[in-house]
Amino acid sequence: MSVLLTIVTITLLAAVFGLLLGYASVRFHVEGDPIADQVDALLPQTQCGQCGYAGCRPYAEAIAKGEADINLCAPGGETTMIALADLLGRDPLPLADAEAAAKPKSVARIIETDCIGCTLCLQACPVDAILGAAKQMHTVIEEECTGCELCVPPCPVECIIMVPIKETPETWRWPFPEPSPWIKEAGNG
Amino acid sequence: MEFPVASSPHLQGDNDIQRVMGQVLLALLPGVAALWWYFGWGVIINLGLAIFTAVFWEWVVMRLRGRDPRPVIADLSGILTACLLAIALPPTLPWWQTMMGTAFAIVVAKQLFGGLGYNPFNPAMAGYALLLVSFPADMTRWLEPSVVSGHSLGLSEAWNAIFSGVAPAAGGWDALTGATPLDHMRTELSREHLIGEIRQSAVWGDFGGRGWEWVANWFLVGGLFLVWRKVISWRIPASMLVALALIAGIFWVIDPDIHPSPAFHLFSGAAIFGAFFIATDPVTASTTPRGQLIYGALIGVLVFVIRTWGGYPDAVAFSVLLMNMAAPTIDYYTQPRVFGDQEKQDE
Amino acid sequence: MAEQPTPIWDFHGGLHVDDRKAPSKASPIREAVIPKRLQLPLQQHIGRHAEPVVRAGDPVLKGQLIARASDYVSANIHAPTSGMVSEIAELPIAHPSGLPALSIMMEADGKDRWAELPEPIPDYQEADPADLRERLRWAGIVGLGGAVFPTSVKTNVTGKQVDTLIINAAECEPYITCDDRLMQEQPAQVIAGADILRHIVGASRILIGIEDNKPEAITALRETIDTRGQRDIELRIVPTKYPSGGEKQLIYLLTGVEVPSHGLPLDVGMVCQNVATAVAVAEAILQGRPLISRVVTVTGQAVAQPGNLQTLIGTPVAELIEQCGGYLPGIHKLIMGGPMMGFGLHSDSVPVAKGSNCFIAATEAESPDPVKPSPCIRCGECVKVCPAQLLPQQLYWYARARDFDKTQDHHLFDCIECGCCAYVCPAHIPLVHYYRFAKTEIWAMEREREKAEHARRRHEFREARLKRLEAERKAKLRKKKEALAKKPASGKDPKKAAIEAAMQRVAAKKAGQEAADPASENEKN
Repeated sequence: MSVLLTIVTITLLAAVFGLLLGYASVRFHVEGDPIADQVDALLPQTQCGQCGYAGCRPYAEAIAKGEADINLCAPGGETTMIALADLLGRDPLPLADAEAAAKPKSVARIIETDCIGCTLCLQACPVDAILGAAKQMHTVIEEECTGCELCVPPCPVECIIMVPIKETPETWRWPFPEPSPWIKEAGNG
Repeated sequence: MEFPVASSPHLQGDNDIQRVMGQVLLALLPGVAALWWYFGWGVIINLGLAIFTAVFWEWVVMRLRGRDPRPVIADLSGILTACLLAIALPPTLPWWQTMMGTAFAIVVAKQLFGGLGYNPFNPAMAGYALLLVSFPADMTRWLEPSVVSGHSLGLSEAWNAIFSGVAPAAGGWDALTGATPLDHMRTELSREHLIGEIRQSAVWGDFGGRGWEWVANWFLVGGLFLVWRKVISWRIPASMLVALALIAGIFWVIDPDIHPSPAFHLFSGAAIFGAFFIATDPVTASTTPRGQLIYGALIGVLVFVIRTWGGYPDAVAFSVLLMNMAAPTIDYYTQPRVFGDQEKQDE
Repeated sequence: MAEQPTPIWDFHGGLHVDDRKAPSKASPIREAVIPKRLQLPLQQHIGRHAEPVVRAGDPVLKGQLIARASDYVSANIHAPTSGMVSEIAELPIAHPSGLPALSIMMEADGKDRWAELPEPIPDYQEADPADLRERLRWAGIVGLGGAVFPTSVKTNVTGKQVDTLIINAAECEPYITCDDRLMQEQPAQVIAGADILRHIVGASRILIGIEDNKPEAITALRETIDTRGQRDIELRIVPTKYPSGGEKQLIYLLTGVEVPSHGLPLDVGMVCQNVATAVAVAEAILQGRPLISRVVTVTGQAVAQPGNLQTLIGTPVAELIEQCGGYLPGIHKLIMGGPMMGFGLHSDSVPVAKGSNCFIAATEAESPDPVKPSPCIRCGECVKVCPAQLLPQQLYWYARARDFDKTQDHHLFDCIECGCCAYVCPAHIPLVHYYRFAKTEIWAMEREREKAEHARRRHEFREARLKRLEAERKAKLRKKKEALAKKPASGKDPKKAAIEAAMQRVAAKKAGQEAADPASENEKN
């Protein structure tokens, strides 16, 4: 008798929890792939393809699926990698291309006297930051440029150069206090 | 003309860590003098041993870490740790135990965690706890105060006792050592004696043990000095002692025959010393104003609980160590209301 | 009596620091000599930089507009004297970064000829507050206490009820005495300016908060208030405690009201203005003058004759120091602003800007270099002095670990950078520096994030466009293909096919009509 009771109880419990889980999966159903969205939100959106994917969104999807490592984004650098590690609960990794990550943030500039108006760079720009038309001189809208360098290789006359973004009093950041040239070492100072 | 720049403020107050630690050391003096008066030269020898060991190990560790040991030793924090530990040790503890406890406090409890400011546990109490669990017999064998035994240990007697384990001439260990008042009370209570009976013994003073209560008084003087100098906040000692007195008072009112009075709890063992000098270690204590009240009060409660129902006669070390673990959590939940915070304005 | 015994609330924390005001306090304001060259940075205020309206080589007159406010939150800049614009270039400015910024450089001709100025508005009480505000906007007036927020924006209280105008006369930072001297020497202008501001914001009363270490200024202001017989102006003396001149701290001291964190005094029906700003307002309304000069305190143990100088905006600091007898041996640091919140200047070639209230030429003894900090022992001294009631030691901990989310959880942006915590820190940790580091990092991350968001939108837009173009191209192709597919079936040349198709269409039309006609006939029947 008691064996029967146990079996009934367990079955009932299983049924109740099963229903609960079923209900929850319907009630809290989420459309799309929120992880990919969250990853995408952390990426710098340069669309540079340095990670080996066709842009930030494809890379985000690859990370979300677990196909890609989190350390491939060079423009995002360590900050982005750490943010991704935090988000996904993965271990931080050393950057795949530390050299590229260390490059100063830059924007493209067209040496306008050399431009032949071929429009190849226009087609390469992922954010439509280059203005121009066939046989017309092109120019980069600096505020829109993400510094992805995708326009540099297509240029047949090599008239596109990358110019580091100048620091201004508005964008200047206070340096980390220690170690600081402002602080004397005790003992030898 | 070019100038060097630095972040504001461009003025600096005259406070520094050495000064803070120095004042605490100064505040220990009356209590140490009282200990010396009642328990003889062993106290001083312990202090010397502990300070020597602390400085030695700080020097070694800083060398191993490739840093300059001088500023670390000069900030007096290691010496203070050594003193706090030495004060808590029995005056005839074998020399190697004192050194071992101090080395543990400095190397493991302090430096392995990154040195001053990074240790989660009070180093002195960590060293004390290690010794207490490792050598319970030696650690609970206290001298009787000279006012009880009628004999104050001289320098050479203390020296011999500590370094070669030779019993003092006058009557041997048995005549000079005894249980501490807390231990005594505990043993007698477990034999189902009533407080009234227990207190008839000659070892009792006004509140706690004879001699012992005066040591506590002198530590109280030093502690009040620190509060007056604003080196420590009044919150932790006050809340700890009030909580201890309150909970002891409740039980005492319920049944004064088997529960000692609040005054006994306050003036016995390390309650006063712990409240002003141990629990207030800023590194390991709570730092928010409300948090300090909670932190102190919980230490007080724990002291009573462990003394009454725990396995050890005194409990300051364990209570403080336990609350050290809780301090970050307390701090997190007791953040003060920020100026202009609307939500909490009604509090 | 305008003054009443009213309660003064005391804010949490704060410090009593040696005020060191004596060297410059006794010296009356004197006129600084017009420099040969002036540098006028386009950004001397909070908000967007001004746009120059002159070009190199243009002659300008004193008070002539040379750079126009480029946005709502921006400020005009006027020529401080007559002369010629020599260039518009990146020149050194007073900024902690030491980086240069776009500035107008002008050569003075020494004639100091005024341009035509707008009419004074002596009967301001009858004037529309909007017109008065427009005048302040024209005059390029910004908060002269150091915050340099455009006054015309701050006094725009449209849609809000303001009952109190607070005049900040606390001047709580050590060394600085320019506001003190201004109140002693021009109390009428201070009160007039305050009254104009009161009219603009529609407040019913004025509270002037002043620290009790300025008895002469208190007497001067009190006499003026009594002479004017204005009962709605109250002079309230607050005990000397740094930082009583912090806007939120002063409001609390005077009224017991806490300005909400992340909020403005306007949210609690108040507007706060500095005394020097009040004087500038009075000049703009009553004399029609733009803001082209200000009183600057030059002090410190390393300057020969400390004092207060009425200085043209744009005067290089080196010249100002020269007029105070030059540096003394032992000069170590040059600080702009007070010693608690000001910043060190990399060079004295920078110009005096609208927000420059004080320059301190300090010896090493009076402002020692930072020493190597010891570890934080969590002593809580900083908690005791923090006027914003923060936990500076926790903020430090998280800022150092670059855990910026946690710093914000601990209300980093409520920190007013007053420096009390760093002043009392026994470990000599440059706490304020850590908070500034964290704040600028967070702002930079915010900018990056916005930029990324913007880039994403543009990229998505481009993708969508490319997709659409591709779809259109494909659609065209398909049509062509369909057309081609029909051709071989008919097996005729295109012309004939076209003709045939046309004929077919006509036939179909006819058939359609015929089909429709019976129906219409039926209807007729």
